[in-house]
Amino acid sequence: MKSYDIVIIGGGPAGLAAAIAAKKEGVDSILILERDKELGGILNQCIHNGFGLHTFKEELTGPEYAARFIDQAAELGIEYKLRTMVTNISPDKVVTALNREEGLFSIQAKAVVLSMGCRERSRGALNIPGYRPAGIFSAGTAQRLVNMEGYMPGREVVILGSGDIGLIMARRMTLEGAKVKVVAELMPYSGGLKRNIVQCLDDYGIPLKLSHTVVEIRGKERVEGVTLAQVDGKGKPIPGTEEDYDCDTLLLSVGLIPENELSGDMGVEMNPVTSGPKVDERMQTNIEGVFACGNVLHVHDLVDFVSEEAAAAGRNAARYVKGGENQSTGQVIALNPVNGVRYTVPCTIDPAKMDDEQVVRFRVGSVFKNCFIGVYFDDERVQHRKRQVMAPGEMEEVKLEKAKLLERPGLKTITIQVEEA
Amino acid sequence: MEKRELICIGCPMGCPVTVELDGGEIASVTGYTCKRGDVYARKEVTNPTRIVTSTVKVAGGTADMVSVKTRDDVPKGKIFECVQALKGVTIQAPVHIGDVVVANVAGTGVDIIATKGVEAASA
Repeated sequence: MKSYDIVIIGGGPAGLAAAIAAKKEGVDSILILERDKELGGILNQCIHNGFGLHTFKEELTGPEYAARFIDQAAELGIEYKLRTMVTNISPDKVVTALNREEGLFSIQAKAVVLSMGCRERSRGALNIPGYRPAGIFSAGTAQRLVNMEGYMPGREVVILGSGDIGLIMARRMTLEGAKVKVVAELMPYSGGLKRNIVQCLDDYGIPLKLSHTVVEIRGKERVEGVTLAQVDGKGKPIPGTEEDYDCDTLLLSVGLIPENELSGDMGVEMNPVTSGPKVDERMQTNIEGVFACGNVLHVHDLVDFVSEEAAAAGRNAARYVKGGENQSTGQVIALNPVNGVRYTVPCTIDPAKMDDEQVVRFRVGSVFKNCFIGVYFDDERVQHRKRQVMAPGEMEEVKLEKAKLLERPGLKTITIQVEEA
Repeated sequence: MEKRELICIGCPMGCPVTVELDGGEIASVTGYTCKRGDVYARKEVTNPTRIVTSTVKVAGGTADMVSVKTRDDVPKGKIFECVQALKGVTIQAPVHIGDVVVANVAGTGVDIIATKGVEAASA
């Protein structure tokens, strides 16, 4: 069996950044396994701009952002296999994969980085009644068809869900000559970034109907129209509020789900809130030497933060392989998300092993205005930061300093919560 | 005094920015968290502009389509003209990031450039 120090599952933005960071940390034996025909992952179909402001201080399109990392990986001589599907990872880190050239093969890894990304929630998860006509696409599928394959999925479009891909596709389909009639969102707020509402909907006069959902899809062979209805506070349609829209296409942008079948099968412990692995301060899962980063860990809004998080996972995988990690003192601090904070990444911090500064990322459960983020070391508040507005669609962060944690050897819990003004 | 509430689109942070206008003149800009917000808000109330991204066909390459963008932002009113100008455009592989696909698109003085590389297909 072939062996590598670090095997990285997925060659998108997370996998690339992890590989580059691991190489720079001094590990040479690295292999990326990618199922698509090229590296770069979902960035290849995200042709719009706005990527890389944090990382490169300039505004790039998805393919340009990916190219920066692909070029760097090539310069560093990082090995990769394309069109290669990983089917299993055993708890002792034997990676089983297959491709057309080599058939089924196994690789022994000393460390594994999970960077498989996420997939879109589909119609089947929504329980919309009706036939199954052609013309219903997930927004990401439509994005790939339009931007990479050069096909137009339809002419008259209704979009359900105001996730970022749906908003981006509202603009893209409009520019390509389609009429986007409406974007319906079940929640009373958008799931996408504010900037996308402005430059994808407002710029083109596309209405956004909050607290609305699709209650019927008409058409047998091809979508002929959909019926929208307003929903009450519990998400139930309100009778009498139905509105018919004629259309030939329905795009669904109704959420992303981390793709963790491989992780689950190998025994990685999951966080039910994120559907991603539970990780510590090094992005390490409950299995020693198995790290996770990017959208497989928790769904991100900004690729810049994926790159940052993945670089940390890569560095730590390299340190693990080289045996150069700091010794733990046995202290494990639990992060406790409460009062509007849904989860944190990481879930735990070992102050002896953390970097000088630890970024803790999280999302809130609903829209909060003029409020504060409070951070508590056990019962003592140590941070109190004003936020004009926070929404579930936008990831938040707090920074913790190693020096401050080391001052409190007895610290057990760090609580992060939303506080009213 | 007229007040305009904007969301900065300079980056995905989406900072809320308030511009106060006094008889069409900008009196104050508040709420931004970096220089881009100030620049965006001033432009948005006087001459709104956008980067336009799209795709064009590729001949003889390893992919059939390549993504493109306007090198700089163009006036908002010119977006559709820019996309229209790309209709029927086919470029020959190999394509490199930054290659000019259409010069001076829609009379804006801005070039459309490729944002992805496409290798020539091996015969």
